[in-house]
Amino acid sequence: MQVYDMPDGRGHFGPYGGTFVAETLIEALDELRAMYERYRHDPEFLAEFAYDLKHFVGRPSPIYHARRLSDQVGGAQIYFKREDLNHTGAHKVNNTVGQALLAKRMGKPRVIAETGAGQHGVATATIAARLGLECVVYMGSEDVKRQAPNVYRMKLLGATVVPVESGSKTLKDALNEAMRDWVTNISDTFYIIGTVAGPHPYPMMVRDFQAVIGVEAKVQMQEMLGRQPDAVVACVGGGSNAMGIFYPYIDVDGVRLIGVEAAGHGIETGMHAAPLTANSPVGVLHGNRTYLMQDADGQIIETHSISAGLDYPGVGPEHAWLKDIQRAEYVAVTDDEAMAAFHNLCRTEGIIPALESSHAIAYASKLAATMSKDQVILVNLSGRGDKDINTVARLSGITL
Amino acid sequence: MSRIKSVFAELKAQGKKALIPYITAGDPHPRFTVDLMHTMVKHGADMIELGVPFSDPMADGPVIQRASERALAHRVGLRHVLEMVAEFRKEDGHTPVILMGYANPVEAMGVERFAEQARLSGVDGVLTVDYPPEECAEFVGLLQSKQIDPIFLLSPTSEPARVDLIVNQASGFVYYVSLKGVTGAKNLDMSEVAERVATIRTKTDLPIGVGFGVRDAATATAVAAVADAVVVGSRTVQMIEQSDEAALSQNLAGLIAELRQAIDAVH
Repeated sequence: MQVYDMPDGRGHFGPYGGTFVAETLIEALDELRAMYERYRHDPEFLAEFAYDLKHFVGRPSPIYHARRLSDQVGGAQIYFKREDLNHTGAHKVNNTVGQALLAKRMGKPRVIAETGAGQHGVATATIAARLGLECVVYMGSEDVKRQAPNVYRMKLLGATVVPVESGSKTLKDALNEAMRDWVTNISDTFYIIGTVAGPHPYPMMVRDFQAVIGVEAKVQMQEMLGRQPDAVVACVGGGSNAMGIFYPYIDVDGVRLIGVEAAGHGIETGMHAAPLTANSPVGVLHGNRTYLMQDADGQIIETHSISAGLDYPGVGPEHAWLKDIQRAEYVAVTDDEAMAAFHNLCRTEGIIPALESSHAIAYASKLAATMSKDQVILVNLSGRGDKDINTVARLSGITL
Repeated sequence: MSRIKSVFAELKAQGKKALIPYITAGDPHPRFTVDLMHTMVKHGADMIELGVPFSDPMADGPVIQRASERALAHRVGLRHVLEMVAEFRKEDGHTPVILMGYANPVEAMGVERFAEQARLSGVDGVLTVDYPPEECAEFVGLLQSKQIDPIFLLSPTSEPARVDLIVNQASGFVYYVSLKGVTGAKNLDMSEVAERVATIRTKTDLPIGVGFGVRDAATATAVAAVADAVVVGSRTVQMIEQSDEAALSQNLAGLIAELRQAIDAVH
């Protein structure tokens, strides 16, 4: 079997990825790439990373058999990779620990991050506090309103949260503003990107740091069931939790990889955040080439999802590539379906999932029903839903 | 000979430096753009840098971001910008026009179609901010096949080997970004600019433009002393932003004349 070996030396996944940035950022990216190349296989660095994942994050995260949900659905057995049990409540922290350790080795005293739902911002603020780094988080002003508890959490951790007022005032604009900060403060600042997008080496580096999810899962599934799942399901906004669990499975035959995008009000309404499922045109944004929601003039259009963490017009370039080579499948789930899955999981399993992860659960439940009882679906339960209770309450007409 | 090349040659013969003001096409409203271009030429601009509005202008500071947003409110896209250049060309066959923008609108139109339409409209140079030379070999070839100069940025952080790579792909002129940051940011360190420009000169015969931090007559004079062209962007856009529609043309004319005088004061 052919071994999967992506990206190429300049960060291309076939026609996707690359380094599409202004000249002013090239040197910083060259420096980062060189440092990452130096440390990605360095035993001491990897040992420190592993130590923090174990003792600070609480890894390995368990695999959990969702028996009642599986029985209710009446088909394949559904298992969860419990990233919601990590410190800070989501998979995001795996990557921030890795990048922050790199920042420390590079002698950068200041880290910056963009955030949508606030999970990546919280994870960055957390590791910055632990390592004594100054931390500035850019967040669209719309998201600041939607995610007030996470904003306060970041402040408690000593970070400065900067509301971004430009453009659509959401995640993509926060990313623009973080890039502008970075280009202005290159010498002392490390930019911790939270997803598998951005210019090379970010898509590769974030994937590598998140791959711990899939690496653990392969061992755990073997121990628990003596076999690997028939399908691995994960939600996809930028796509970091999905890449993290997919990557170690790419070369494993017989394991379907399914990414679940946000269909918002429905793909046909145009109000969604599902560039892969909708077959959006390919374009260039935030340093890489990928499928991109845009109008006929090439302007990036506003996306819609109930989940701030999936509300992004592009998608990581490696997902674009996995779609094209048909190694992964991409589907989308509406706001309503995700909400129903959210409520259902709360009551069947005693787990409050993040709205992002609820998309994966919704699709896995549909898929399981079409499969037999001896088949297995592994869902990446990427985060817990405490951060979303205000949103859910509001949609249910309840004031907390 | 390209318009850019011949204008630089004329200026050199006269012992003058080029003034290249930037405005965003469609700001504050598309009906003003072509007139403003003519006004700038009349009052001393040697070339025009015309910004193509984009929803996510990552390399721009707040002033030019807002200009993009004003233009996008009127749905001004790359197709309209090319129409504006064609309109400008009806009365001005001499002044070079350089488009400055981002890759996505170009890719949405299709690189080949864009290169052809740009040639037909009378565009002379194209600066695509987020196309570093490694990622746009095909695009550069397409532009050059249409006699359009690909303009590239050089930054204070560009290593010597990169300077070589870039000047070898560029034609028309190279554009030295005079500070670490976005357009319209803080003050310039003129001694660093002078040193870097001198280094670039050892590697290329192309004219060198300097921009990204030229905010007034004094900095324009200082930049003109070391560079072949002075690019003024955020200052002109700010003037547009702060002017009533009735005073727009007059105010911009005044600013351009002042910058012209400042640049010519070098000699």
